[in-house]
Amino acid sequence: MSISPVETPNTLPRPAGELEALKHVWRMPKGWRLISEVNNSVVGPMFVATALLFFLLAGILGLIIRAQLAFPGLTLVDPDTYNQVFTMHGTVMMFLFAVPAVEAVAIALLPGMIGARELPFPRLGAFSFLIYLVGGLIFYASLLFGIAPDGGWFMYPPLTSKAFSPGINTDMYLLGIGFIEISAIAGAIELIVGILRCRAPGMTLGRMPIYAWAILIFATMVIFAFPAVIIASTLLELERAFDWPFFLPERGGDPMLWQHLFWFFGHPEVYVIFLPAAGMVSMIVPAMAGARLVGYSMVVAALVGTGFLSFGLWVHHMYTTGIPPLSLSFFAAAGFAVSIPSGLQVFVWIATFARAGRRIQFSTPALFILGFLFIFVIGGLTGVMVSVTPFDWQAHDTYFIVAHLHYVLIGGMVFPLFAALYYWAPSVGSQLSERLGKTAFWLLFLGTNVTFFPMHISGLMGMPRRIYTYPTGFGLELHNLISSIGAAMFATGAFVLLLDVVKNFRIGGNANRQDNPWRAGTMEWLSGPEYGLRSIPLVQDRYPLWHNPQLKPQVEAGAHYFPFTATGRREALISSPAEATPQYIAFVGGPGWWHVLAAGGTAFFFLSLVAPFLIAAAVFGLLALVGFIGWLWTGSDFGPVGPAEADIGGGIVLPTHATGPVTASWWAMICVMLVSGTAYACLIGSYLFLWLVNGEGMWPPPGLGLPALEWGLGAFAMYAGAGLSVTVAAWTLGDGRGWTHRLALLAGVALLAGGLMSDGWALWQGPIWPTVHAYGASAWGLFVWQAAHVAIGVLMGFYTLARSLTGRLGGQRRLTLDNIRLFWLYTIGQGMVGLVLLHGFPRLLP
Amino acid sequence: MRRTAPYLVLLGLGACSGVQTPLHPWGDQAARIAVLSWVLFIGGTAIFALVMGLLAYALFAPARARQAMGTRGFVIGGGIVFPTVTLLALLVYSLGVSRAVVLPGSDDPLRIEVIGRQYWWEVRYPDAGEGAVTANELHLPVGREVELLLSSGDVIHSLWIPNLHGKMDMIPGRVNRQRVRADRPGAMRGQCTEYCGVQHTFMAFWAVAQEPAEFDAWLARQRAPVPEPATEEQARGRQVFGEAGCGACHTVRGTEWQGRLGPDLSRVGSRLSIGAGMMETHRGTLAGWIAGAQDIKPGNAMPAYGRVLESTDLLAVSIWLESLR
Repeated sequence: MSISPVETPNTLPRPAGELEALKHVWRMPKGWRLISEVNNSVVGPMFVATALLFFLLAGILGLIIRAQLAFPGLTLVDPDTYNQVFTMHGTVMMFLFAVPAVEAVAIALLPGMIGARELPFPRLGAFSFLIYLVGGLIFYASLLFGIAPDGGWFMYPPLTSKAFSPGINTDMYLLGIGFIEISAIAGAIELIVGILRCRAPGMTLGRMPIYAWAILIFATMVIFAFPAVIIASTLLELERAFDWPFFLPERGGDPMLWQHLFWFFGHPEVYVIFLPAAGMVSMIVPAMAGARLVGYSMVVAALVGTGFLSFGLWVHHMYTTGIPPLSLSFFAAAGFAVSIPSGLQVFVWIATFARAGRRIQFSTPALFILGFLFIFVIGGLTGVMVSVTPFDWQAHDTYFIVAHLHYVLIGGMVFPLFAALYYWAPSVGSQLSERLGKTAFWLLFLGTNVTFFPMHISGLMGMPRRIYTYPTGFGLELHNLISSIGAAMFATGAFVLLLDVVKNFRIGGNANRQDNPWRAGTMEWLSGPEYGLRSIPLVQDRYPLWHNPQLKPQVEAGAHYFPFTATGRREALISSPAEATPQYIAFVGGPGWWHVLAAGGTAFFFLSLVAPFLIAAAVFGLLALVGFIGWLWTGSDFGPVGPAEADIGGGIVLPTHATGPVTASWWAMICVMLVSGTAYACLIGSYLFLWLVNGEGMWPPPGLGLPALEWGLGAFAMYAGAGLSVTVAAWTLGDGRGWTHRLALLAGVALLAGGLMSDGWALWQGPIWPTVHAYGASAWGLFVWQAAHVAIGVLMGFYTLARSLTGRLGGQRRLTLDNIRLFWLYTIGQGMVGLVLLHGFPRLLP
Repeated sequence: MRRTAPYLVLLGLGACSGVQTPLHPWGDQAARIAVLSWVLFIGGTAIFALVMGLLAYALFAPARARQAMGTRGFVIGGGIVFPTVTLLALLVYSLGVSRAVVLPGSDDPLRIEVIGRQYWWEVRYPDAGEGAVTANELHLPVGREVELLLSSGDVIHSLWIPNLHGKMDMIPGRVNRQRVRADRPGAMRGQCTEYCGVQHTFMAFWAVAQEPAEFDAWLARQRAPVPEPATEEQARGRQVFGEAGCGACHTVRGTEWQGRLGPDLSRVGSRLSIGAGMMETHRGTLAGWIAGAQDIKPGNAMPAYGRVLESTDLLAVSIWLESLR
């Protein structure tokens, strides 16, 4: 195809060697060294494949459940094993399949879709993939040794407290899952910054594909929801390991605290899973219909609205805990409200189908979308039913809920995921078989309905959840048998699908690869090999490929922006968050081993703690630390390298180095602060919640006192001093004298550490002891969180000092100091808030 | 299949469907919720049919006809206006039902304490004095409002008698309250619905609604000391009970045994089930339970006495317990 003469920012033909240089920079390590690769085009598909592996593994557990319940009174597995099996089925599906799967698809697809060569922190993406892979497999393997968690995926204390669960099964969950949350959060930060800062020129927020919106909201929700479960897990682990009574009522704790924290994570979790899937559907439907999505802005509003409302729904899981009906009615209303944006999207998809210029082809992706609509609408309607308080009093914790949640999750997430698999396979590799795909679809679709529809009825016939068998004579036999037959159908379908993937899918594609088989309009269909786009087009429409039919050949010839490497390294174009105006050319990480070491160390550190092998944990912790420091030392803050500026075409000249608020890493640090701040807010909430349930005269309870004010004031002053020191260090970094900022940093480290010690001593003087009463436990819980931050802050301080002493820090090359300063200021602010709360609040009480 | 659990054969007791379902209400609260449920089922089915109809129309109708549907107006009408109106109506209606269900119907309800324990239920009648204690069986008078005071002795449980009302959790450190009223006599089954450990599956019980006079007689009998053994075998059984140390965990009213760890056995012979809803009560099941409690319900707190007791002693103690009616 010849290229039309409409003006493109760069002239053709491109200079010789330009493409070769680009290819050389982005080349992949060969053979086993591929493990060190961080590029999204490798990590993304491997991430997806791993998620599918966990779907299979958790699915096998589901089949064990259905086999056991096929007839009343079967004992294929003993009760203890059964309880581990259903706990692991839920836990693995939620934490090791659903969340990683949607994150994985985003990592694989987003760069292409937003016209980026790469996401801003590829090593972070690879790190989160590796800890998930290693940690997840070991976590799953605990089942083989009978040490898998057995308290349900929601892990309610006091059943999971030391007294009732003395084994390490619970610790496996708290530590094993706790750190996999770190993977989810790391991935979320990468996606947020990627979407906001790596879009192609001209892709304003309003031209961004709906999928990018969905992922942006999904990732933001992860940042605000997941800290709650990390805090809950930390508190329960502190209770189990050190006897701090957060959840034990005889010492002022309350098991309800767990439920509030857990569901504050757990309910948004449902939408965390659903929103990306809805985003996929909003991409696939227009391609299938050959028509633009109807009501783009309404869909964006619906996604944002769902994100907000989902944080007001956690009590839905607690309707039967004795919360007064008046309070429940607010949550019921919120539950109704959240169904509107989901329903709205259903109508958007129907309207978009209706708009089709041609007859819809019932290809495999289209079938999965229609199957999704059928199943998800049922799940949505039963969802409204269970937000009706009195109905939920009956339906709660019965098989009706099991049916509902599987309709929502299989309908709302698994079917769109499979649609996405068939739809996008040609964009990252080779196309899958339509014949096998359709067979798989029908087996999965019928299997889902045959398995789960009868569960509505068995629930209403009185069958509770989480029982390993059921008696005869209550009318449950037939429904359970049908469910089990359906499960076998579903399993067959999943097998056919996996067979198709294994048989036909290759990363990078095969000879028969079709470039854009669905004639879609968005940019992921432009994406080439490792380096992504050959050149990056100016985006002028939501469907660039429909807007400019010449785009593909132009892009591939290198006629658009940035068709080269400016500094001879892997680079990304960083643009402004709203208007996507290019701002600078950023270095992005390439293959390396430090993040691999960090990932292995982190995973084995947590798993050694479970055992608990403390020496091994110390060794692995140290390895992880070495990995992190090596990763930063060798892979970040290079300062200016190569030419200071580059002309990316069309007269746009961009700097190749930046520091301060414009950088992607600054944005990532802000995200980290949001995560930490949310977690700290959960701790403050826990402190106040426990005060509330303890009633008058118990804060502090007899025997414990108030923290010593003079030491608290000392801590406050030292924290303030540390803040001042780091600010002075930043000011004086460029003053030409080497010693000023070093001295300031050293003083800052001393003040920060001193502040923490004074902070803790004030509590100890109270006296406030953590094991006596929840008052002490919650105060020390806040302190532990602060101490972890101070420890990291001190480490960062010494790291920065070392950078300075080895000549890696200066007036220009100052990213390290700018970023640690942010973290320091956050830590100091957090410490001050904690001091005000712990010293001030109990003194204000009458 | 390794083995079929033998007790399931014995569950023939009352095994007619309809005794553990919200769809067959036996009392005021459950009846109101059942009506609401049917409104939801019928409404939900209608909306589902409507949405699928629209989808089919969008896919299969002639191009000109269906394209008229591909507008923002259709989305606003179907996706915002319609659900807002429907859900507002549902909200008003359901809040009304919610209020009516929890509204106290009487100033003077009969109070019954139910304490959830791994994996059985302790039931106390505080209005009738200290001694009115039973286990795994909740008796209540027909037509009178009952206030259940729900608490836990260990982990979180949840009480559910679907024919009377929805669930209410039993949470350590708290007392939850629920009002129920049975409108006709008969036995219904209840079950724990909050996962509470390895034998959550077999934490069930019977709720027996009785005519007031019959209930009063039952309650009086619960408080009375148990009768002296009537036969030599029963006397032997009573002796074995003491020698085997059963009284350390179990109370038998009017005897020296006042253990509180296990279910009160004062009138165990009259109860519909043993093992918390697992088996019909007679000397055979009692003997089986005492000998093999850990085979029948692995992980429950009752030790298995199969290797400790001679078979004649086992039979004797079972016969004595059966006589406690």
